[in-house]
Amino acid sequence: MHPRRTSDDTARTREFEAYVAGAGGRLLHTATLLTAEARNDNPRARHLVTLALAHTYACWDRLHGEDPYDHTRQDLAARYARGAWHRHGGLLRSRSRPTGPLAALTPQERLVLVIRLYEGVDGDRTAALLGLPVERVRTIFNRAMATVLSPARRPAPAVSGVKAVPS
Amino acid sequence: MNRLSREASVRRMLEGAPPPVPPGLHADATRRGARMLRRRTLARRAMWLLLLAATVAFVVWAVTARPWVEPPSETTPPLTGW
Repeated sequence: MHPRRTSDDTARTREFEAYVAGAGGRLLHTATLLTAEARNDNPRARHLVTLALAHTYACWDRLHGEDPYDHTRQDLAARYARGAWHRHGGLLRSRSRPTGPLAALTPQERLVLVIRLYEGVDGDRTAALLGLPVERVRTIFNRAMATVLSPARRPAPAVSGVKAVPS
Repeated sequence: MNRLSREASVRRMLEGAPPPVPPGLHADATRRGARMLRRRTLARRAMWLLLLAATVAFVVWAVTARPWVEPPSETTPPLTGW
């Protein structure tokens, strides 16, 4: 029994390594968009991706032909949704100022926008993935689109520009 | 601006330069995943052990206490002195 188990382990490790090499970059980009961190300084996104990938590794033998990318993405979204609930408005918020294109959005708006547009998942499947009603997802999505496209988000870069001038 | 072009412009905004993938991502994920698997196996084993222990305890109690045997009557006074 022991040799069979080790051969299973090496096969799984090899498959998983190929999977991470292929999907890791995209997953990390998604996570960085979700956490609204800078692309070179994204500890939260890296942590999220590592945990989601670890979960996929643990479930690798039970996927049975299911797409591992869907599995990881689902876990990533769930982890982010759980974590954002604790972080939102807490003391930790001041430590990491949101940056990037989605800085003006709330965590939930970011989640819906990134899954619908960057990941290309349609409205019904997004609702199923997040466990929300379809109308609610549509409302959040429309609000997020309006916020992202509105010119009101201009003050954020302007503030950093003013700060950069004296220094 | 109609809906499709709005979505396309936001999508372009999202698809900027991707962040660099840290070199230890795969090793870290594998390590944590293996630990998760190990913990899961241990938890399953502990659950089966607990179930087994409970079954054994129940059987031992049933054999010694014999709850299906009708207990001797205690309401009728003993017949003495006739």
